[in-house]
Amino acid sequence: MTHPLTFAGQGFEARPAGTLWWPATQTLIVADLHLGKSARMAARGGALLPPHEDEDTLSRLEAELAALPVARVLSLGDAFEDDAAPEALSPANRARLGDMARGRTWVWVTGNHDGGALPGLGEILSEIHEEGIAFRHIAGEGPDISGHYHPKAQLAGQRRPAFLWGQSHLILPAFGTYTGGLDCEAPPLADLVGPGLALLTGTRIMARPLTPGTRRRA
Amino acid sequence: MILPAKFRDWFAARGWAPHAHQLALLAATTDTLLIAPTGGGKTLAGFLPSLVDLAGGGTGLHTLYISPLKALTADIARNLAAPVGEMGLPIRIEDRTGDTSSTKRARQRVDPPNILLTTPESLALLTSYPEAPKIFKDLKRVVVDEIHALAESKRGDQTMLGIARLRTLAPGLTVTGLSATVADPDSLAAFMGGATVLRADPGPAPDIALLPTSAPAPWAGGNAHYAVPDVMAAVEKARMTLIFVNTRAQAELFFQQLWEHNPQNLPIGLHHGSLAREARQRVEQAMAAGALRAVVCTGSLDLGIDWGDVDLVLQVGAPKLVTRLVQRIGRSNHRYDAPSKARLVPANRFEVIESVVALEAVQAGDLDGEKRGPGPLDVLCQHILLTACSGPFDAEALYHEFRSAGPYRNLSRQDFDACLDFCATGGYALKAYDRWQRLMLRGGLWYLRDPRVAKLIRLNIGTITDPEHLNVRMARSRGGAPLGTVEESFAASLEPGDTFLIGGKVMAFERLRDMVVEVGHSPRKQPRIAVFSGVKMASSLKVSHRIQALIGDPGRWDVLPPDLRDWLETQRRLSVLPRAGVLACETFPRGDRWHFTLYGFAGRNAHQTLGLLLTRQMEALGLGPLGFVPSDHALMIWSVDPLTDPARLLNAEALREGLDGWLSGNSLIKRSFRNVATIAGLMQRNLPGQRRSGKQATFSSDIIHDTLRRHDPDHLLLRITRDDARRGLVDFYRIEDMLLSNPLIDHAMAPHVTPLSAPLILEIGKVSVEGEGRERLMAREAERLMAEAGLA
Repeated sequence: MTHPLTFAGQGFEARPAGTLWWPATQTLIVADLHLGKSARMAARGGALLPPHEDEDTLSRLEAELAALPVARVLSLGDAFEDDAAPEALSPANRARLGDMARGRTWVWVTGNHDGGALPGLGEILSEIHEEGIAFRHIAGEGPDISGHYHPKAQLAGQRRPAFLWGQSHLILPAFGTYTGGLDCEAPPLADLVGPGLALLTGTRIMARPLTPGTRRRA
Repeated sequence: MILPAKFRDWFAARGWAPHAHQLALLAATTDTLLIAPTGGGKTLAGFLPSLVDLAGGGTGLHTLYISPLKALTADIARNLAAPVGEMGLPIRIEDRTGDTSSTKRARQRVDPPNILLTTPESLALLTSYPEAPKIFKDLKRVVVDEIHALAESKRGDQTMLGIARLRTLAPGLTVTGLSATVADPDSLAAFMGGATVLRADPGPAPDIALLPTSAPAPWAGGNAHYAVPDVMAAVEKARMTLIFVNTRAQAELFFQQLWEHNPQNLPIGLHHGSLAREARQRVEQAMAAGALRAVVCTGSLDLGIDWGDVDLVLQVGAPKLVTRLVQRIGRSNHRYDAPSKARLVPANRFEVIESVVALEAVQAGDLDGEKRGPGPLDVLCQHILLTACSGPFDAEALYHEFRSAGPYRNLSRQDFDACLDFCATGGYALKAYDRWQRLMLRGGLWYLRDPRVAKLIRLNIGTITDPEHLNVRMARSRGGAPLGTVEESFAASLEPGDTFLIGGKVMAFERLRDMVVEVGHSPRKQPRIAVFSGVKMASSLKVSHRIQALIGDPGRWDVLPPDLRDWLETQRRLSVLPRAGVLACETFPRGDRWHFTLYGFAGRNAHQTLGLLLTRQMEALGLGPLGFVPSDHALMIWSVDPLTDPARLLNAEALREGLDGWLSGNSLIKRSFRNVATIAGLMQRNLPGQRRSGKQATFSSDIIHDTLRRHDPDHLLLRITRDDARRGLVDFYRIEDMLLSNPLIDHAMAPHVTPLSAPLILEIGKVSVEGEGRERLMAREAERLMAEAGLA
């Protein structure tokens, strides 16, 4: 079950998988894929995590594309874990991304982890502006739609990735498999978003109020 | 070896004679397991051969002493100082634990003492240094104290692997295990890799009974508040009392209650593992000096610490394990020839029954003990990485070394190779890390690819995967004194002004700074919220069966206090009474949920498995199960809608069908995976102070688990997790037994919570069920919050 929302005068749908659908422009918006995370950790001598997160992330993205008439994909930054990650992407996964982009417009907004995007696929921009809304990686002057913070929210003791829908900022949850999260009540996020709603992802979207200044007891 | 004159004189000068088992151990030439009751001079027996051997002088490290408790090593160092000083022996004794300063530790690596006292974790760390061969080359003896306690957990497996390493570095090593009374000494000897069992005289039978109380025990609750005046009266009459409670939270509460009923201001101390080291040491020193009349304590004092002249042991709360009760009684009256005096103080009515049957079992000498499985492979993975830290190794030689450790005597080459592959490459079906292998094979030897990683690996040492703990200190403006630790999740729930108990005092939370919980004094007498959750204690199947037999036979109720008989009568009137041959169960409403209790008396593990199976079936029926809690005697499930026809679900065939699916990602399996992944080194242990401010960098072990299960279902760590879980969630045959031996199902709809269910409501160790029920609760909560905010 998706959740319709109006932001800066435009109609969107928050989807249970953690993507944002903009029907008027047939655009699917997604943030923080963090492809190449496990390889980066291994290269730095850290844990050898299951090297399957790229497959996992891409499969879920394929499912989203299959469910909607998507004309354009907008990736709001940190699509890759670092600058080396696009090169290190396995041939199979590179091909899958190519298939997904075929017949569609693909826009990579740059993030703080990745300087760019997959070479030869889509356009690379630091931010874009449409219908009075800025689409960027880190929230700035609103109204804008962004990622970066990997917001999560709690409900009845369960913590899940969530959209944060405030007056001038709409922040997407991280879509990548190996991504942690920052609680929506944590000061930098709560102060940034202000009053609004958290839309929890999962099997369906669940909404709860965001009430900055009155931290609820966990 | 016989006892030299100098030692005979020393014994004589103190008016002592060596115990027979002390002399027998001195004469032993092979690995030995000494079984002796507490107070039997067990520790001196363990050290006597070393002291005699070193009396003429010695160089290098001669004896390594390993104890499960840091506090124990400090205590032993004190106790050994007496004979060594008085006989003028040229022996240097030092301890080495996580608390030892880094300069001292560095010095010990270059110039080790003759006798080194340490813990399993510190031993693992020592063997991981490149200097290990030099440190241990002269080693003659290893003494493992409280080996029965070590053998209960993975720390024991780790210790035995460490000793196998030592045998490689110092061939001809003799190992001595010291154990309290246990049910099965032979399996403990096998755990040591084969040892001669030496049994000491058990001493006279203990004087043990229920403590008479002026008020009856309450229906439920775990802190025995009702008995405080009676406990105080007993403390006043005794010289020195040890008051054992089962959990740290209960220790805090009971300690505070005692002080509220202490008109004479008797000196009473508190000792548990969450207190700051300084606070524990103060109590330890006061005890040794005879300055205390009583100490409220948990398992942190459970293990053979030989302090002062304890003449009374009180056990608050049911002892759960007969063996533990026997071991605790051993604390009282350390004169070997006098009977120990112990009194039980059950916290609620169900515990009265548990205590009565435990007493019967002690009198019958009926000890409980669980069988040990083969050594777990996650510990082996950690050990392979640590071995690589000390230097390159040959796989074949390491495999044989591991097989010389008791728990791994049947380790297959295939399993060993799988562990080695996991350490080297991650062990994934997709060979992704060729460039980034952790271990590389060069010239037939395995090396760390990046030697700098050794530091990271060493930080991950250990098999204790407790929840994260944060230090609690007085606020800096108030002196910053350390008070203890609380679980991170507890700390996260605090808001400024919230009050909680720690160190027996009510403290007010001020703020969280640099991963330290800063607090100040609070004028409140009652804490607003309870401190940290406790550790779940499990009782044995023997105790459970004795309880079912007693409850179900009103003819035997005369062994119970009168209020207990009324209470069981109430249970019979309101609902059903468990009895032999009948599987009693009941359903009742409480708050906005329905509760279902089944009195299986099949043991906690079987109830846990049954809980998983039944909630799956309830999920399929759309009843919205939310969670369950298994106890030793019963299983309680709560759900959105009531379970009214349990007979349909309680048949072996239906349950067995569910069994195939129970491994699929329930929350217990995920918890088990997190422990395994941490021990095996896939997840880095979070260390205090090391962590950033909880930003996006970390993600949960659940994500790794789900990813592995989807893409690499045969991965080694998933196999270890299943094995581990089977150990914890075992024994479908016990469920079948339960159904077979209780062919009649007696189900009642009760109007409200029943006497026998009440203790379960407060039971810790609840398992939540992920499913539609949880979703419905979330949706309900979301609706409520939206309505409250005027948004719906």
